[in-house]
Parts: sequence; structure tokens; C-alpha cells
Amino acid sequence: MTEYFASGRNEYLPLQPRSFGNGFKAVIQASARSRCITVTTTEEKPAIDIDDVDLEFIEIIKKTGGPNIQNCYQCGACSGSCPAGALTSFLVRRTIRKALLGLKEEVISSPDLWYCTTCYACTDRCPQDVKPTDVIKAIRNIAVAEGYMLGPHQKVAAKVVEAAHAVPLDKESWQNLRVKVGLEPIPPNASGNPWAVDEIRKITKKSGFEKLIGYEEFMKAQKEKAKKKAEEKKAQKKE
Amino acid sequence: MAKKRPAFYHFLGCVTPHRYPSVEKATNLVFEDLDMDLLDMVGATCCPAPGVFGSFDRVTWASIAARNLTIAEQGGHPITTGCNGCFASLWDSNYELKHDEELRTAVNENLAEIGRVFKGSIEVTHYVDALYDTAGLPKIRKRITNPLKGVRMALHPGCHWMRPKLIKQKDESERPHIFRELCEASGAEYVPYKDELICCGAGGAVRTADVKVSLEFTKQKFDSLADAGGADIIVTPCPFCLLQLDLGQVEIEKYFGEKYVFDVMHVTELLALAFGHSPEEFGLGTHLQYMQRKSQPNWERLGINV
Repeated sequence: MTEYFASGRNEYLPLQPRSFGNGFKAVIQASARSRCITVTTTEEKPAIDIDDVDLEFIEIIKKTGGPNIQNCYQCGACSGSCPAGALTSFLVRRTIRKALLGLKEEVISSPDLWYCTTCYACTDRCPQDVKPTDVIKAIRNIAVAEGYMLGPHQKVAAKVVEAAHAVPLDKESWQNLRVKVGLEPIPPNASGNPWAVDEIRKITKKSGFEKLIGYEEFMKAQKEKAKKKAEEKKAQKKE
Repeated sequence: MAKKRPAFYHFLGCVTPHRYPSVEKATNLVFEDLDMDLLDMVGATCCPAPGVFGSFDRVTWASIAARNLTIAEQGGHPITTGCNGCFASLWDSNYELKHDEELRTAVNENLAEIGRVFKGSIEVTHYVDALYDTAGLPKIRKRITNPLKGVRMALHPGCHWMRPKLIKQKDESERPHIFRELCEASGAEYVPYKDELICCGAGGAVRTADVKVSLEFTKQKFDSLADAGGADIIVTPCPFCLLQLDLGQVEIEKYFGEKYVFDVMHVTELLALAFGHSPEEFGLGTHLQYMQRKSQPNWERLGINV
């Protein structure tokens, strides 16, 4: 019975070079964040289901911003350069390998995909010009199009549609901070120019972005949440 | 005849004007001192964040970025921005739209809704470019009246100004020197540390999705810097990195129970100090770390009498 490193489901082989060789156990114990699975026979370890292979996936990735994905020869320079790879279960090489195998659903549904900070360290070191960062962004585009969007991401996307800024000037205290350093309370950007917000709304409507992120539904739910909260507060005051 | 003053459209973005206005003020001071004009970009929006919006829908990301570019195209001056994220969105979209006809067609269809069109007629720069290339180090050095002698300075260049290196062609991203030379002009002493070049952790929608994981990047940087003997200040060319390294210290204390106390500055704040401006003149003390901890910059270590 051999114990292998694993961080996701349906793992095949350990992909990190550091997990090979002696001191296997010690490495496993040292890394609290990694989960351990036991591999004994093929029966216990599900094989890759070839029926789930989606060969169109690579073509979509190539079109969505990762044209060089098929250059990859799995050297691992990407994962070795990746700060997220050292801190989380996300591995660039594994993501690209799975994508090349056509395991679309597995790749786009994995929350690991969202641990890439897009620092481009892998892109600058890739000997095959795969542009892994662009591949990851392309895969994320596909994930979002197929409905895999994290809650906080939907929120920040809605913020830009609503206020034209991801980090808006949404409190008086932020305006006061500006005055304190000797600036006008409202900068010349969209914060003081509602027409600019209208333009963003028109763009996001036309591009299908509002529909993509479920903007109307999201805002409705937010409003109801706020209303409920206000009612609860009122009721508390009465008591 | 007097030489024409260089003029840039000033793209503020979100974090600088809405959370770290001291950077905006310091930038105004420094550019004025170096005889460079900053023009307002009225109605500019979120860039929009490259790792966030670029990850959701590339065409929408490029359309909103292109809208910002068209504001500058109408006036015919280059853009400058002090944020690595904004720089990435504006520079990358400008580049991609010039090279990818399919994307350009899709973007211009969206822009037609608001009567705009992307022409590709202007360049996008970062403050680092404007300072290093347009003003130049000799002029900057001449302007230094308060050299920060004896101040130990660590750098966080961040990612998106110089990466991807083959496309941006700004600096050698494994051994960058431009940002370092610019900061060293202040007279402060450069302190190298092992993880200088890793990401702050905030980008790519990671801070939005999982702030604790993003702070692990930041913590790794701080520990690496502590191993190198520590520093009096950390300097960065990006307000989002600044937020992560500055406010991040308060958050790390909350999530991990470990207290770090580093003064973190944007490069224009560093230069404003070296140009002899007092910290009150641009509000260095309004950094969110100080506001939340009710603390102050370590004036003594910075060699500043207040």
C-alpha cells in the first residue's frame, strides 16, 4: 500500500517532484494543507472515464485566449514557478494536462482554478511559449460561461456594472479621506459622472455580460436582503 | 523657445482615488516638480481589473478597457497610471486590440452602442515609465532635496508592469533593475530579499475569492523580508499591492495572530518625500494600516522630524 499526495478527486499520479523519493512520509506530514489518499489497486482508484472526454475543449481554449496550449510538454516549469502552487492545491501543469486530455468538466468545475493570481511567473519561464496564464484565463472564461462563478466574483462583477468601479467611492468616509489629503472629495472618474455608469451599463447589456453574471437577479436578491435586514432592525427597535 | 512640457492623461483607477488618495496627491506633486502635466480623464471607470474581469469575459473586459482608452484617444495624449492592474488592463487591451482583429471587431460593436470607437492611436504608460523614460533619472536626482540616507528600503515591484516580459518588453522580469534604480534615486538603501519578485497575493481575483489565501502570499513575503534582516520601508509601484501589503498587515494579525509592522509606500510617495515634501502635504498617515491601527508611520526610522 502506498500513500500518495493528492489534493483533488480522481487523482492519478503525484505530480510534484518533491513528493518522489525518500522521506515521502515526512513530506506528507509536513504539509498540513495537503490531503492524503490511499492508492492500492485500480479498483480503488477510478480511472479517467474516456466517455467524458470533450475534444472540442482544446479548440475553445485556443480561441478564447490560449492559442499555444498544445505546445505543452509537461515539464512543470509553470508549477515550479507558481506561488499559488506552493501555497494551495492549485497546479498549473495538472490543469493544462487535464485540459489537453479533454477533461472539461473536471477542469472548469474545480475551485482550484481560481487560486491563480495571474502573476505571469509561469508565462515568463515556460520554455514552450504555452502562455499558461492566458490559458488559465481562457479556461476561467469557459467556466463562467458554463455557470461556474464564485459568489464573491459575481458580487464584484455586479459592482462594476452598478457603479462602474470594482472598488467604489461608496462611503462618505472615503470622500473625507480625499479631503484630508488635500484633494477634491470626488475624483473626475465615474464616481461623479453618472453618464459614465450609463455607458458601462449599455456595454455590459450589449455584450451579454449582465445576463452572464445574472445581474438583475443578483441585484433583486440584494435589495430583498437589505429590506429584510432593515425590517429586522425595526422590529428589534420596537422590542 | 521653451521645450514643450510632456502631458499624460491620468488614469486613476479605483484603489488610488477611493482608498489611498495620498498616492494621487503625491503623484500630483511629483509630476509637477518634474514639469510633467497630468490631465483629468473625465468619466473614466474601472480599468476593469485584468485578472478579475479578464477571467470572467474577455470581450467585455476589453470593451470596458477600450472605452477608457477612447477618452484619451479623443485628446491625443498618452495615458499614465500608477497601478499595475490598471496598467495591465489598459496596456494589454490596447496591445491585443491592435493585434487581434476579431477581438477589435467584437469590441467596436459594443462601443458602437455608446457612440465610441477604438482607434488604437495612443500609448499606455505606467508612472514608472513616465518617471524613468520621460523625466529621466538625471532630472529626478537633481530634484532630490531630502535624500533618504540610511533608510533601509525593500522593494515589491509586483507583476503586471513587467510581465509577461516578451510582450511588455519593459525589464528583465527575473532580474529587474528599472524600478530599483528609480527607488534608489531617493537615496534610500536597497535591501534584497528572497521573495522580492513573488506576487503580493491580491491579483487574479484571489483576494476577492479567498482573502486568507491571498494573505498567505503576503505573509510569505514578509517572512522572507524578516529573514533578510528586515527593512524600514517597502516600496511598490501599485496601489493594489500597497493595499495588500499595508492593510494586509492588519488582516494578517486578525486571521493568523501575527503582527508585522512595516511602513509601505507607493513609489510616488517615496519620491515626494525625497523631493522635500512633508508627509502631511500628501497625507502619508492616511494609509489604511495607520487609520485602522490608530498608529503612525515610524517617523524616526524614516528620518523625518514631525
